Amino acid sequence: MRVLAAMSGGVDSAVAAARAVDAGHDVVGVHLALSRNPGTLRTGARGCCTIEDSMDAQRAANIIGIPYYVWDFSERFKADVVDDFVAEYSAGRTPNPCMRCNERIKFAALLEKALALGFDAVATGHYATIVTADDGSRELHRAAAWAKDQSYVLGVLTADQLAHAMFPLGATPSKAEVRAEAAARGFALASKPDSHDICFIPDGDTRGWLADKVGAEPGAILDRSGAVLGTHEGAAAFTVGQRKGINVGHPTPDGRPRFVLEVRPSTNEVVVGPKEALALRELAGARFSWAGRAPDDATTEFACEVQVRAHADPVPATALVSTSSTTGDDELVVTPTDPIIGVAPGQTAVLYVGTRVLGQFTIDRTVSAVPQTSLVE
Amino acid sequence: MNVYLDHAATSPMPAEVIEAYVSALAVVGNPSSIHTQGQTAKRMLEEAREAVAAAVGAEPIEVTFTSGGTEAINLALKGLWWARTSAVIEPVEIHGTVSTRSTSSTVSTRSTTGRRILSTRAEHHATIDALEWLERHEGAVIEWIPVDSLGRIDLVALEAALGPDVALVTTLWSNNEVGTVQPVAEIVALAAAHGVPVHADAVSALGQLPIDFAASGLAALSISAHKIGGPVGTGALVTARSTVVEPLLHGGGQQRFRSGTQDAAGAHAFGVAAEHASGDLAGHAAHLTQLRDHLIAGIRGAVPSAVLRGDPSDRVPGNAHFTFPGCEGDSLLFLLDAAGFSVSTGSACQAGVPEASHVLLAMGLSEPEARGALRFTLGNSTTVEELDALIAALPDAVTRARSAGLA
Repeated sequence: MRVLAAMSGGVDSAVAAARAVDAGHDVVGVHLALSRNPGTLRTGARGCCTIEDSMDAQRAANIIGIPYYVWDFSERFKADVVDDFVAEYSAGRTPNPCMRCNERIKFAALLEKALALGFDAVATGHYATIVTADDGSRELHRAAAWAKDQSYVLGVLTADQLAHAMFPLGATPSKAEVRAEAAARGFALASKPDSHDICFIPDGDTRGWLADKVGAEPGAILDRSGAVLGTHEGAAAFTVGQRKGINVGHPTPDGRPRFVLEVRPSTNEVVVGPKEALALRELAGARFSWAGRAPDDATTEFACEVQVRAHADPVPATALVSTSSTTGDDELVVTPTDPIIGVAPGQTAVLYVGTRVLGQFTIDRTVSAVPQTSLVE
Repeated sequence: MNVYLDHAATSPMPAEVIEAYVSALAVVGNPSSIHTQGQTAKRMLEEAREAVAAAVGAEPIEVTFTSGGTEAINLALKGLWWARTSAVIEPVEIHGTVSTRSTSSTVSTRSTTGRRILSTRAEHHATIDALEWLERHEGAVIEWIPVDSLGRIDLVALEAALGPDVALVTTLWSNNEVGTVQPVAEIVALAAAHGVPVHADAVSALGQLPIDFAASGLAALSISAHKIGGPVGTGALVTARSTVVEPLLHGGGQQRFRSGTQDAAGAHAFGVAAEHASGDLAGHAAHLTQLRDHLIAGIRGAVPSAVLRGDPSDRVPGNAHFTFPGCEGDSLLFLLDAAGFSVSTGSACQAGVPEASHVLLAMGLSEPEARGALRFTLGNSTTVEELDALIAALPDAVTRARSAGLA
């Protein structure tokens, strides 16, 4: 196959590209330029698309012996990932930008361009596995290395996208093995630190970065009854489930900590309350997709596990597609077996059956497990 | 098969230049050393200076070797700026001893000029970035004179902007991306009316167009060896005897405006390449022009939607530049590269990140139009068969690139 290997300049994507060559494919390395004004050199934290990253990717491509190009996706990345991230936060939701990038850049803009230019597949350094089912359809599964598993952020991939995706690292038992392989292959980037958090916020200070973009106005901190407990410096900096940074000046009557229960950007209010009030018995979203083959009958309740963050544990649940009584649109409704906590609107919930990714949805509606009246505020 | 059509990026070194370069590397001696071996190296260096001077119609004393075009341009722009605007502390003699004093009576300004610099947005980055640096750090006021849709400077706007308060004017001799030849004589005449010095960046003109520095009236001219088959890392700033530039590099004072041990071997190879390129310039240019026009006609026939950029006739002989509507230049470059053709999108920044060409934007193209650019630059080794192979490969590449769209 003609394979386009997306090479970030990191260890994983370099080894993935080399393995695609070893598997006998005709491989071309492509570095995605995602920022118009890349920093000249990395400083402390790993950011994305610095000139150093591009050079590291190119040196790895040289060693592998494949052609290498830089393609500019900076405008698409800004519009589809960065601006989306800011807009979602401004609307009081908690988005996952890596997921957006996979959905709209790597396996959309890049994949479409690659197919148009004559490639058959895009290979990345993600830790996930693609399994071909008996009927020939492609399934997305967790990586062998559960600690590194990235199937969550790939949950947005559809059957068509999976048909053209390749994850050469999926079967690797651990990251250490990938580093050792990078060193054995002679890649200078073998000892490069892992990237983490959000690539376009190089210093890792998401709140500071957001405050610059969203702007921050002081507003009220309320309890669930609407009583004002104090003030905050800007609602957009708060995330549902957050405990730190709620400075209302006086403790709760029973001395237990308060958590953010809700962020209301339109009124610039933050609602706080006890931990139990975070418990949800239902999650639903109208923006859903199936990874590969859809369930035969999704309108009948089926058993699955639901995972609500990249590094959260999956929890048992049941799910079904039903028509929303308020909007009339189809929505995916998930009922965890036990109430689930720490879920914010805008987050993505990924459904699994065993190791297989079934699909995903963006959470836009939740139902509390605990009636307000039963709680001491 | 590999077809190299990127001679404007760097041109392959002819066998005779390689031979001259390699044998020069074996010559022992620093040209500044006094012993016989130093003198041998010095002789080789000065013969090279004479050859380079002859190729551009200058005197050998007017040629300062540099590390390339970028250094030459920086030396010209910053050096002219400082020489024209800075106060300098001159030594004064006090009771028989030489001393420097910074009292007002000993500070003189070499020339009292204003702080304006005139140029265009279609210049090479070496010029644009050097001027923006002068603006940020030295208080220069840069006035960007418009260029027309062919990339040629607007002489009416230039004339209107000129005045005695202009420190300098800098222009390309020919545009490195779209190939349009600039009206250097007219620019110099307009500037001369106000006593303003003019620098020309002739890096892409050397070996393509006749350059007569003495007749040009220019204050300074930048050239580079590797665009004519000389070694990368060697260039020159040609400055009129009357021109003063402040050096960028201070040290042993080996050259008028530049310190640093001189690269005798590089200069020798530059000299041989310059002789080679200027030996039959008219014949070479006529040959390239014929090939180029064959390519332009072929591309227009094969891809009717392609738009030729730059002046259709008054352009450097080896340059054909097109935009392909609906295509991303880097898609086309990738597809042609895979098919064995080395071409350029016309601009390359340090990270290799493709961006819409600032030259095309200065010419009034929209960003989507500018993104579909490809530059084909021909050289001595180019054959009609190679061009026909490119013309045959283009339609498929354009179809595919168009389906990939503008990312």
